[in-house]
Amino acid sequence: MNAAAPIAIDVKGLTKSFEGREVVHELSMQVKRGSIYGFLGPNGSGKTTTIRMLCGLLTPDRGEGTCLGFDIRRDADKIKRRVGYMTQRFSLYQDLSVRENLEFVARLYGVADARGTAREMIKRLGLSGREEQLAGDLSGGWKQRLALGACTLPNPQLLLLDEPTAGVDPKARRDFWNEIHALAGQGLTVLVSTHYMDEAERCHEIAYIAYGHLLAHGSVDDVIAKSRLTTYTVTGDDLQALSEKLAGQPGIDMVAPFGTSLHVSGRDQAALESSIMPWRDKPALHWQKAAPSLEDVFIELMGRSKDNFQ
Amino acid sequence: MSMAVAANEHREELRESRFGFWRRSYAMVVKESIQLRRDRVSFAMIVMIPVMQLLLFGYAINTTPHNLPTAVLLQEDTDLGRSILKALENTDYFRFTRQVHDVDEFDNLLKSGKVLFGVEIPRGFERAVRRGDHPALLVAADATDPIAASSALGSLSVVVQTALDHDLFTGDPPSLPFEIRAHARYNPAASSRLNIVPGLVGTILTMTMLIFTALSVTREIERGTMESLLSMPIKPVEVMFGKIIPYVLVGFIQAALILGIGVLLFGVPVLGSMALLALLTTLFITTNLSIGYTFSTVVQNQLQAMQMSMMFFLPSILLSGFMFPFAGMPVWARYVGEGLPLTHYVRIIRAIMLRGATMQNLQYDSLVLIGLMLLAMTIAVTRFRRTLD
Repeated sequence: MNAAAPIAIDVKGLTKSFEGREVVHELSMQVKRGSIYGFLGPNGSGKTTTIRMLCGLLTPDRGEGTCLGFDIRRDADKIKRRVGYMTQRFSLYQDLSVRENLEFVARLYGVADARGTAREMIKRLGLSGREEQLAGDLSGGWKQRLALGACTLPNPQLLLLDEPTAGVDPKARRDFWNEIHALAGQGLTVLVSTHYMDEAERCHEIAYIAYGHLLAHGSVDDVIAKSRLTTYTVTGDDLQALSEKLAGQPGIDMVAPFGTSLHVSGRDQAALESSIMPWRDKPALHWQKAAPSLEDVFIELMGRSKDNFQ
Repeated sequence: MSMAVAANEHREELRESRFGFWRRSYAMVVKESIQLRRDRVSFAMIVMIPVMQLLLFGYAINTTPHNLPTAVLLQEDTDLGRSILKALENTDYFRFTRQVHDVDEFDNLLKSGKVLFGVEIPRGFERAVRRGDHPALLVAADATDPIAASSALGSLSVVVQTALDHDLFTGDPPSLPFEIRAHARYNPAASSRLNIVPGLVGTILTMTMLIFTALSVTREIERGTMESLLSMPIKPVEVMFGKIIPYVLVGFIQAALILGIGVLLFGVPVLGSMALLALLTTLFITTNLSIGYTFSTVVQNQLQAMQMSMMFFLPSILLSGFMFPFAGMPVWARYVGEGLPLTHYVRIIRAIMLRGATMQNLQYDSLVLIGLMLLAMTIAVTRFRRTLD
């Protein structure tokens, strides 16, 4: 039976164009049940379009696949009943109160005791005392909690969260992620798109998508290892001037300041090392070979994909 | 585990198929009602529009229509009778569309609004005239629409003269050899308010109902809530019912308000059955809501929805017989008018309120309203986009 299948999302070759512009290109991915899958990539990379295709809100031009064992083209109704989708923009009713929004969702999904379920959810979300407040009057963090509550209320098997933490303060973000992990612990599969590197590192698996192409996927360590990136960190004086001189040298794919240090990365280790040679022995600079961070990998991927696909 | 899950899923599917529709429609109705209640401006509109319009339209719009459908009850076939009919027709006010053979049929045609006038030439009329018995020639008018009836009735005295000039009776006025007895039926005082108020119920309902639902789908799209709604397991028919049903009540309140003011302020009577009026008003409200909802599934934004509603509203006002007598319009305009719900409702409500008509007199108009409603609903459900493509 589909509920027991180990793979929650299994799609191949998904392609979608809008007005002749291809937004998602030949995207294939698999998401294991019970895992938290991070979906990363710059703005406009096709994350939202992919998520919408998974839950039946968009029809792919090409490609096929299943979501919770149901065909994404034919069984959109069955998928919708089992999937909670949290949209990027707050899309609950602003002119309905917290309670009314949750009751509406509960009734639509046929939850037996809509009022009771909504009341419990309000308690769980920590929104007690605000249940009669209009959703539109809530702060960003509370709106996001309410939206998560609304999409988990009908007990879905899969959560699709589209940039759920955009514009939310760090404390609220941390609480949010604790909640996500708790839900995954109960067997829920979560696909979450984000811009934040620290959030990517909280995922079991990640995929990086840019310009509609899926460029890398796997666990965080996998993705870093597969990037074959060599990174040096430099500390010392006048790093800004150094950064300008290094950029564009053979073998150096990326120079990025990180606080008081500079990250210098490249895929070709030999070329990189010969390019930084002239500055290696400067007493004012301190060089150290380091493991590339996920951010290094992504910025490098983003730069590379820009050349390839734009 | 999988067996239990399978059984569970099976049960879930079953429950889905049995109650899903009502449950989801109900969820939608509750949501829409709350939103309507919170929308103060819309709520004020519900009361303000009818009151304003009613007071503005308290005065009549004047016109002298021609070629009005007339039934003839000819109880004898004589030269005098024919020349009187000819003279009536020559006034251009009357057009003989029906020849009937008994008084019941004559009355029914008038009652159902199929003709505006009836002319009866009684048996033995010519002989009575020759004998100098001074017999009566009956011209019955449906004066529900006083504008339509009054100028035609006013022409009657001229008709008498013409008929006499033509025939053998020259030379013997001042006393006329026969009398034309005019009956202004249903609205003897020829008060235009009696005619305007029922029509206004229809006009106001058309305007408000159309706009309310025309905005409903585009509003969800523009506020971004459509994405959420579509990601949930709800079907287009359920969305439609959810968005229509709360406004049926609103329409009902409006209709009651207009009728209440009409009765209290203008003394408009309700001769027919109140229950029938309520039933057919509900049908008319639902038809308009369905059409508005159809607009909202076709247009891109709220502005377009408003424009489309206006495009529909204007011909409704002008061609429905609310402002100008339907029978006086050119043929093409009458064809357009037949396609508008307001035309049929204006007939229905005037017939019930002013002529005490029953369902039997109103079958055709009711069926057209049902047809238009089903047509609109079908288009709306097929046009409703279930994806964001």
